Amino acid sequence: MDKIDRAIVNTLQQEFPLSERPFAEAATLLGLGEDDLIARVKAMLRERVLSRFGPLFQAERLGGAYALAALRVPSADFERVAETVNALPEVAHNYERDHEFNMWFVLATETGDGIERAVERIERETGLHVYLMPKREEFFIGLNLPVEG
Amino acid sequence: MAPATHAPDSVDRAIVVATQGGLPLVSRPYHAVGAEIGVSGEEVIARLRQMLASGAVRRIGAVPNHYSLGYTANGMSVWDVPDDAVGELGRVVGALPFVTHCYERVRHPPHWCYNLFAMVHGRTRDEVRDRVAYIASILGDAARGSDVLYSTRILKKTGLRLKES
Repeated sequence: MDKIDRAIVNTLQQEFPLSERPFAEAATLLGLGEDDLIARVKAMLRERVLSRFGPLFQAERLGGAYALAALRVPSADFERVAETVNALPEVAHNYERDHEFNMWFVLATETGDGIERAVERIERETGLHVYLMPKREEFFIGLNLPVEG
Repeated sequence: MAPATHAPDSVDRAIVVATQGGLPLVSRPYHAVGAEIGVSGEEVIARLRQMLASGAVRRIGAVPNHYSLGYTANGMSVWDVPDDAVGELGRVVGALPFVTHCYERVRHPPHWCYNLFAMVHGRTRDEVRDRVAYIASILGDAARGSDVLYSTRILKKTGLRLKES
């Protein structure tokens, strides 16, 4: 990642333009050519410096539901359970954490009852109890990670 | 209180399905999406603008992989605070610059008694630890228990995926 890539990541974490030629517009802000910007974004996605590039959808505002859940997985079963949980399209993110509650995942579903059905399926396929931890109140979401250098 | 929802129509759904994996990396990405689903580029832009206004789209842009950017210490701090204080305390903790997410969540006694979750990012575990200690100093006696859970592996990170209808 060079200085230009860092500037791209910092700038494009904010709003990407909604216009006919958004890359050309963003490139001008960054002092780059349109093709160069597109090539760099492609490279960063390929190298997994960026995980995604595009619209970030909010399941609840689309009429769906979103919930955090956790599992206490015996270590011998961890890989098998991870594979099972990951296989559900409703599982948007899944993390291993160093705690008795060692698997934490986010369910994002199209319909309100989708969460319940996903939980039932996970419990059935893993034999484990799913600890649903839906939010009761949201205080802050600030996803900006400034890149130094 | 549930947020207001604007139920997506078939064009909105088609836009979600076409872009949930990412925007096409071409000069005219919204026109490319439009061509794929059979509407004009201007229509795609207008719909996305509406979805941004309604909150259906949080933002359009780059999602960095925080691990590859050196934010390898991602500590989920969890706290057991009284239910009648969690609203006020959550707002204070959520306002801290190094807290990227902060929520009140449901407890599961006896194994899980924490109701306040604050995600703390840092470059190292030491940095995260110091930041968590700062939160502890703010909460004081209101925190009857606490813990920090570090993520050791990303098992999956694809985001919301609607099925094609």
